[in-house]
Amino acid sequence: MDYMPRPELERLQLKRLRSVVQRAWERVPLFRARMNEREVTPEDINSLADAAKLPFTVKTDLRDTYPFGLFASSMREVVRLHASSGTTGKPIVVAYTQDDLEVWTSVMARALAVPGVQEGDIVQNCFNYGLFTGGLGYHYGAERLGATVIPASGGNTERQIMLMRDFGTTVVFSTPTYFLHVLDRADELGVDLRQMSLRIGFFGAEPWTDAMRRRIEQAAGIKAFDLYGLSEIVGPGISVDCVHQDGLHIFEDHFYAEIINPETQQVLPEGEEGELVLTTLSKQAMPLIRYRTRDITALMPGTCACGRSLRRMRRVGRRSDDMLIIRGVNVYPSQVESVLLQFDEAAPHYLIILTSEHGLDQMEVQVEVTPRIFSDKVATMEALQKRLSDTMRQVLQTRVQVTLVAPSTIQRSEGKAKRVIDRRKI
Amino acid sequence: MKITQLSVFAENKPRYIVAPCRLLADAGIDIRAISLAETLHFGVLRLIVSDWRKSAKLLEEAGYVVKPTEVLAVEVPGGPSGLAGVLAAVETTSLNIEYMYAFPFGHGDKAILVFRFEDLDAAIEQLQSAGISMLAREELQER
Repeated sequence: MDYMPRPELERLQLKRLRSVVQRAWERVPLFRARMNEREVTPEDINSLADAAKLPFTVKTDLRDTYPFGLFASSMREVVRLHASSGTTGKPIVVAYTQDDLEVWTSVMARALAVPGVQEGDIVQNCFNYGLFTGGLGYHYGAERLGATVIPASGGNTERQIMLMRDFGTTVVFSTPTYFLHVLDRADELGVDLRQMSLRIGFFGAEPWTDAMRRRIEQAAGIKAFDLYGLSEIVGPGISVDCVHQDGLHIFEDHFYAEIINPETQQVLPEGEEGELVLTTLSKQAMPLIRYRTRDITALMPGTCACGRSLRRMRRVGRRSDDMLIIRGVNVYPSQVESVLLQFDEAAPHYLIILTSEHGLDQMEVQVEVTPRIFSDKVATMEALQKRLSDTMRQVLQTRVQVTLVAPSTIQRSEGKAKRVIDRRKI
Repeated sequence: MKITQLSVFAENKPRYIVAPCRLLADAGIDIRAISLAETLHFGVLRLIVSDWRKSAKLLEEAGYVVKPTEVLAVEVPGGPSGLAGVLAAVETTSLNIEYMYAFPFGHGDKAILVFRFEDLDAAIEQLQSAGISMLAREELQER
């Protein structure tokens, strides 16, 4: 499937696109109403480019129709429900038929097989099991390949390290933030993960930088792969790094990808950066048409050295809804992180605190002091603080107050990282 | 000659100063000298303790960032000219002092000056040739 010639793949995509649009049109009232507004019918979709005629779906649509309003299958056919953690108000609910689970498992198995997860591998899955799609998505994909799966779930870091050592874990699945926490803890315990059997890691569920990848690869002695997904579309399993780690191959036989300008909503040509928009091509229970992911990326031109015909998307470094506007300047937490990692002395534990003084936005970045950056000389520490502030000002184009804080004072989450506290009055 | 000083990163809040001292006291470690260098936002607590290895281990286990550094301790004789005499000797050298602090020592009226020099070995040589006596490690630290 991964090497299917493009014309054949695109014929398959069009066939599936027409079928999924027809299904949503027949069964999802919100989608039909939006189509009517645009005066579009399923018959108007005669090429992949015609997808641009279709209405977008956004996250609030899923909240507004909570819990089951976008389902296109009867509950008798739905065999699984997942939901987002829902930090604000109601969660987002997603549904799967038996066929949907089969597609999900198959794309996850294809993703994990790329760098060679196989029978004989001992896989430790640190994604949380439960309503979150991470745990079970990875679990079934790895099982399909015949690997031995340890459903470790997140948290209890010392036990994770013990399992890695005692069970001879060869492959690990985790959010990058949590795995960095595992590395820190191992370091504190005097355990060297490089001495273990670990060889591969898959990381996802939040944006992470190339510098984080290098740190993970060096400290754990593994190859670290980016696996992209989002619950609304399927969960993990939408795209994945190949061994060249030069962009993530999208499983285009099941997901149709477009890049749009988030402001004008126009489709952008290959290579241009914008918001990723995804259409589920084979989903039955909850087909989503032109779902706006809020993730900023680009479709990469040219073919990959690995020979896959599947198009690549650049790694997602930031989400359009992560964007902070500070004194009119767009700032992303990932930019702060990339600066901290340039000072390779600095561990990436940081917190952005936004306040407002006399109507002017103030940005403070708290950075935890690590043994590597600590000096007994105050002048050296002050110089470091200043260099960090100066570099951030250059990169972010806005003034930043860097504050050095004691280790372990910034709250850690064992799942996704909390990077921003916004105390500005809105 | 070389004394091992421990530096601990501390935020400018009382608990960051008190807690590490209490931790060491509870472990039966004697704090021989203490100094806090502060900036607007943070401080560096410098300690000379009876057992620096055990102290460093305890502090690190408690989550502190700790750095051992070698310093020199010069004994200052009593009397009005004591301090000036030593400083005069240092003045004539070309040594770069990163920082220094003083603390009283022993039962008499003696004091100790702790120096953090950029080049420790050069400092030892120059102080010795100037006739200034430095404390041996054993006089301040058990190990």
